[in-house]
Amino acid sequence: MNRRNVYIAHTSCITPLGFTVESNVQAIENGTTGISHWEDDALLPEPFFAARINDDTLDGAFAQISTATYSRLEKMMILALQPVVTTAGVALDQKTGLILSTTKGNITALKGGDSLAGGVYLQGLAKNVAGFFGFTAQPVVISNACVSGIMAVSVAKRLIQAGVYDNVFVVSGDEVSKFVLSGFNSFKAMSPQPCKPYSANREGVSLGEAAAAALITINSENAKAIVAGDGSINDANHISGPSRTGEGLVRSIESALKEAGVEANAIDYVSAHGTATPFNDEMEAIALNRLGLNNVPVNSFKGYYGHTLGASGLLETVIGLETMAQGRLFASLGYDEPGVSQPINVIAENKDSEINYWLKTASGFGGCNTAVVFKNVN
Amino acid sequence: MADKFYISGYCTISNNRIVLNGEEYFSAPDAAFTDFAKQAYKHAETDYAKFFKMDNLSKLSFLASDLLLNNGADNSNTALLFANASSSLDTDVKYNESIIDAENYFPSPAVFVYTLPNICMGEISIRHKLFTENSFFVFEGFNSDFFVNYATSLLETAKADKVLCGWVEYFKDDYKAFMYLVSKEGTTEHKENNIQTLYLS
Repeated sequence: MNRRNVYIAHTSCITPLGFTVESNVQAIENGTTGISHWEDDALLPEPFFAARINDDTLDGAFAQISTATYSRLEKMMILALQPVVTTAGVALDQKTGLILSTTKGNITALKGGDSLAGGVYLQGLAKNVAGFFGFTAQPVVISNACVSGIMAVSVAKRLIQAGVYDNVFVVSGDEVSKFVLSGFNSFKAMSPQPCKPYSANREGVSLGEAAAAALITINSENAKAIVAGDGSINDANHISGPSRTGEGLVRSIESALKEAGVEANAIDYVSAHGTATPFNDEMEAIALNRLGLNNVPVNSFKGYYGHTLGASGLLETVIGLETMAQGRLFASLGYDEPGVSQPINVIAENKDSEINYWLKTASGFGGCNTAVVFKNVN
Repeated sequence: MADKFYISGYCTISNNRIVLNGEEYFSAPDAAFTDFAKQAYKHAETDYAKFFKMDNLSKLSFLASDLLLNNGADNSNTALLFANASSSLDTDVKYNESIIDAENYFPSPAVFVYTLPNICMGEISIRHKLFTENSFFVFEGFNSDFFVNYATSLLETAKADKVLCGWVEYFKDDYKAFMYLVSKEGTTEHKENNIQTLYLS
């Protein structure tokens, strides 16, 4: 079946490195990390590293667009969506969708006792965000662990190709909270230093918080890339650890490449997941080798942002699109010496390179994986 | 012209009762969910020790999916398309109770892992060796339009040969699973009013 092209355009992000795509790219170009050291008993009984957004900066930015009351995460998501909705200028009718992805949403609103605030429900969060802009279609919420952000792009593209929508705004966000810090710490997955993806010296994740947004559309005007193929295939192996063989990731990438109509050797760059846990990074190296992608430049943006959970896939897509637009490969921050059993081409220093096709991947708890192939429109 | 797809099997679990393809399969009135789930597991002669480590949302999803996927057919390329209203809030609340009080701070990784709604799909994928498309959505209520659109998209684009659609809602002992298998086989056409009728039956 000949399906119509679907494009990604008008991106935005709210992160500890800045509230515009330009400021984020500049910080990455300069090798700046958003990860810092925290001692905050209200979040974790021991010191930790995380990439957090400053409350005053967030409130100050939000006050520029609204005086209404929203949760911290809602402010992040609204701020991310606002420039995308404004510049897109698309009617918010029934042919315009909103997809919101998150792992834990407003989990910080969960208090003890039996009553639950409406915003704790993910559709409550989505309604609050949708209501700010006046979306008329019911929001679609994706909560699929750490692949949620990139899965949102995939689902938007599929719903457009199915004729449900002409345009879909996607927004992804998650916060650093006591809930997720205690959980990752209980898994002994937290790094005692800023995370070091793919390094022999990696010791686990640093958590982070961010929101990102983009428009997925049938309109080629202002397109940054074609969303050329995608796949989200399970490992069927373990609920809290990745497959040792990278099976689900391999199959997800194969599915995305097949749909894009290209072989692995067409891929010029891979923005991988790279959480810096021993097992995740090893699994990715195995998967990339199985597919013959071991010589393709690869990086993880976790060294800049930490693991922003449900936001990470979309945030890293936003930066990946700038990588392609500028023909500039960014160093995988924290990488020093090879630390996976099969060789991969981790980007050690920023360098110029032409990119026609690139791949975004993510993997998460529950054995989930998502891969999306993006194609240059120029 | 687009292919037509059909519902080849469906299962509802609610109010201590399992109904499979329109007929009562099992019931255990008055049992609490955990006990009901254990009895249903035994009734089905299931032998899968991991079941007892699962949270309630995963147990509920597991029971319904096992009845539909153990049908002797080749289900190897069956996508999982699940949704609910409460995400993993049932387990989120339990996990939160283990960290909310500094005097009583015992976060457990075995509980934390279930604070993601898609874990139930991971459990089913492991059980049935499904290296297939998985996605978990959250809506205010059962959304037959979305299920039809997304399942049809997965089938028409050959991302899957079959789709197991599941509304799997569990919060504080209030639960309902409604699952159905969509493919080119069957007699009930896969369209909104048919699905809505089965959901309400």
